[in-house]
Amino acid sequence: MAEDAQAQKGKLAKGWLNFIDWVDERFPLTETFEFHMSKYYAPKNFNFWYLFGVLSMVVLVIQLLTGIWLTMSYSPSDAFASVEYIMRDVEYGWLLRYLHSTGASAFFVVVYLHMFRGLMYGSYRKPRELLWLVGMAIFAVLIIEGFAGYLLPWGNMSYWAGQVIVSLVGAIPFIGPDLMEWVRGDFLMSDITLNRFFALHVIALPLVLVMLVFVHIVALHHVGSSNPDGIEIKKHKDANGIPLDGIPFHPYYTIGHDVPAIVIFLFVFCVVVFYAPEMGGYFIEKPNFEVANPLKTPEHIAPVWYYTPFYAMLRAATYPLFGVPAKFWGFVVMAGAIVMPAALPWLDRSPVKSMRYKGLLSKITLALFIVTFVILGYLGTIAPSPVSTLAAQIGTAIYFGYFVLMPWYTRIEKTKPVPDRVTMP
Amino acid sequence: MTGSAKMGLGKRGSKTLGLALLVVLLTPLSQAMESEWPMTPMNPDLQNLPSLQNGWRLFTNYCLGCHSLKYQRYERTADDLGVPHDIVLEQLLFSGQKIGEQMTTAMDPEMAKNWFGAPPPDLTMVARLRGVDWLYNYLRTFYLDESRPFGVNNKVFPNVGMPNVLQELQGTQTTGCASAAEENCGELVLLEGSGQYTSEEFDQAVYDIVNFLYYTGEPSRLERHRTGVFVLLFLVILFVFTFLLGREYQKDVKH
Ligand code: HEC
Ligand code: HEM
Repeated sequence: MAEDAQAQKGKLAKGWLNFIDWVDERFPLTETFEFHMSKYYAPKNFNFWYLFGVLSMVVLVIQLLTGIWLTMSYSPSDAFASVEYIMRDVEYGWLLRYLHSTGASAFFVVVYLHMFRGLMYGSYRKPRELLWLVGMAIFAVLIIEGFAGYLLPWGNMSYWAGQVIVSLVGAIPFIGPDLMEWVRGDFLMSDITLNRFFALHVIALPLVLVMLVFVHIVALHHVGSSNPDGIEIKKHKDANGIPLDGIPFHPYYTIGHDVPAIVIFLFVFCVVVFYAPEMGGYFIEKPNFEVANPLKTPEHIAPVWYYTPFYAMLRAATYPLFGVPAKFWGFVVMAGAIVMPAALPWLDRSPVKSMRYKGLLSKITLALFIVTFVILGYLGTIAPSPVSTLAAQIGTAIYFGYFVLMPWYTRIEKTKPVPDRVTMP
Repeated sequence: MTGSAKMGLGKRGSKTLGLALLVVLLTPLSQAMESEWPMTPMNPDLQNLPSLQNGWRLFTNYCLGCHSLKYQRYERTADDLGVPHDIVLEQLLFSGQKIGEQMTTAMDPEMAKNWFGAPPPDLTMVARLRGVDWLYNYLRTFYLDESRPFGVNNKVFPNVGMPNVLQELQGTQTTGCASAAEENCGELVLLEGSGQYTSEEFDQAVYDIVNFLYYTGEPSRLERHRTGVFVLLFLVILFVFTFLLGREYQKDVKH
C-alpha cells in the first residue's frame, strides 16, 4: 500500500516536472523565476527599512483588488449616494471601502518610508539613478492618482479640495483660464469633471502605475540592491560568480523576512481598517460626510494628510511676482517640491553613499529636513495665520535648501572609511 | 480608537526619525467645533437597543417631517435594532412606502428653504459630520430669543434656522437675561414644569435620538468591530506560523 502511494507521488512529481519543461521550452518560466527570485542575490544585511518596497507592492495589490470591486458598485453619476450604497447595501461593501481608503493612506506611509530609506542610505546613487527616477515617476503618478480618487466620493471636501487644486491651473499666465476649463471639461467642477477623474483613477493611472512598478523592479534587478552600508556586493564574488555577501532573495528574504513582516503590516493596517478608519478625520475628512455643495465652502479646506507638506508650501507663496498672481507661484513651488528629489543622484557629491559613513553635516541636514517636512505637514492641516505662513515660508526654504546646498555640504564634510564587506545588524 | 495606529511598527526602527514622522502624522487632532459652548460629552452605545429604538421613534415623530435619512432603509434599521417588521409597517412607515425603501421626507426642499431660510439637511450622517457631542448639546441648548423668526436661538448653532421642535418635551428655556442679544448672557435656565419631561427624562430622550443618529451614520459599525476581532486573531496565528517558518530559513544565513 505504502509503496503504491509512493509510486503515485513519484508519478505526479514527474508529471509536474514534465509540464514545467514543456512550458520552459516555450516561455522562460524557470529562467524568469530564477532571475528575479531564487537566483537574485540580495545583500544579506538588509534591515527594517528594506521592507517598505515589498510593502508598497502589497498595498498596490490591496488597492487594485479593492478598487476593482468598488468600481462594480460605484457610479460617478450618483457618486455620493453610491458610496453610501456600498457602505450600507453591498455585502462587505464597508470593508472594501475602508480597505481602499485606509490603503490610500497606507500607500503614502510606506512610500514615504521607502523614500526616506533612499535618502538615508544613498540608494539613489550610481548605478541606481534610473531606478530612483522611475521611483520619482511612481511618486508623481501616485499623487495624481490619490487626488483623482479623493474626488470620487463627491463629498463636500472632495469638491472643494478639487476646486482649489484645479483652480491652480487657472493661475497660469495667458493660457490658464482656458486650460482650466479644458481640465474640468466644464465651466465649474461638475459631473463631467468627476467622470473624467473617474476614468483617470480606475484605468489610466493604475495602468501607468503598474507599468512603472514593473520597470522599477526590472531596473532594480539589473543593477542589484544596495544595502545599509552602501557597498556594492557585486565587487566580491565567489568562483561561481555569486556575490559573497548575497543570499538568494527567494526563499531567504521572501519566506525568511518578508512574509512575517507583511503579516505584521497587515495587522497594523487592519487595526486601522476595523477600529479607526477615519483616523480622527485624517484618513477620511469630516466634511466628506456631506454631499458636494458648490454653495457651502467648508470652514477650513485641507487636503488629506499625505499632501499637507506640499500644500503648506503652496500656501507659503504669498507674493505676486512679475505681475503673475501668487497662486501661480504657489503652484510652481509645490510642483518644484514634488519633483526636487529627482535631482538627488546629481546633488549628492559625497564619496560615500550611506548615512552610516557620512559626516555630521549630512546627518544634521537630513534630520532637519525630516523635521521640517513633518512641521510643514502639520502647517498644511491648519487654517493659515500670519505666524503659520511665516513658518511655512521658512520651512519651504529649508526644504529646498536641503537639496540646493547638498553639493556643498556633502563635499566639505569629513566622512568615515567604508568597510570592504557588509556589516551585519 | 486612535492610539492603535502607532502599534507594531517600532522595534528596530524606533530610534529613527522615520517613526517620529509617522507618529506625528498619525496622531489625530481633536476636532474642535467653533462654538464656545462647553460641550457635555455624549457616549453612544450601539448595544443599547431600547435606547436606539426610542431614538428611532422620537426621530420619526419629531424630525422626519423635515429631515430625511435618505441613505438608510427601514428594513435594515428594523433588523439591526430588533424591531419587528409589522410594528415598523404600522407605526414608523410613511403611508405608501415599502419597508425596503429609504427614509425620505415629505418636505419639499424648495418650500423648506423659503420657510426656514435654509433647507433641513439630510441627517443620515450628521453624527459623523458634526460628532455626537455636538448633536447632543445642539438639541439641548435651544432658548427663547424674540429676535429670531421662530422665537428661539441656539447656543451651539447660533442663529439656526430650525425651530425648537422638542420644546413640548423639554419645556421653555431662557438665558435668564432681558434680551438674548446681550453678550455673556449667562447660563440656560429651564422654566420648571413647562415641559412634559423632567430634565433627566429629556436628556435621556436627546441621548436616544443622538444614539440613533450615531447608528444611522454607519450601520455596519458593530459588524466591523466584531469582524475585526476575528481578522486580527487570524493574523496573530498566521504570524506565529510564518515567523517560525521564516526563522528556519534565517538560520541558514551565515553571519
Ligand atoms: C420644522 C422643520 C424641522 C424639524 C421638525 C426638525 N428640524 Fe432640524 N433643521 C431644520 C432646518 C430648517 C435646519 C437648517 C438650519 C440652518 O442651517 O440654519 C435644521 C438643522 C438641523 C441640524 C443641523 C444640521 C447641520 O449639520 O447643519 C440638526 C443636527 C438637526 N436639524 C436635527 C434635528 C433633529 C434631531 C430633529 C428632531 C428632533 C429636527 N432637526 C427636527 C428644520 C427642522
Ligand atoms: C508603488 C510604489 C513603489 C513600489 C511598489 C516599489 C517597490 C520597490 C521594491 C520591491 C524594491 C526592492 C526592495 C527595497 O529595496 O525596499 C524597491 C527598491 C527601490 N525603490 Fe521602490 N517602490 C515604489 C516607489 C518608489 C519611490 C516613490 C521611490 C523614490 C523616489 C523608489 C525608489 C527605490 C530605490 C532607489 C530602490 C533601491 C533601493 C536599494 O537598492 O537600496 N521606489 N522598490
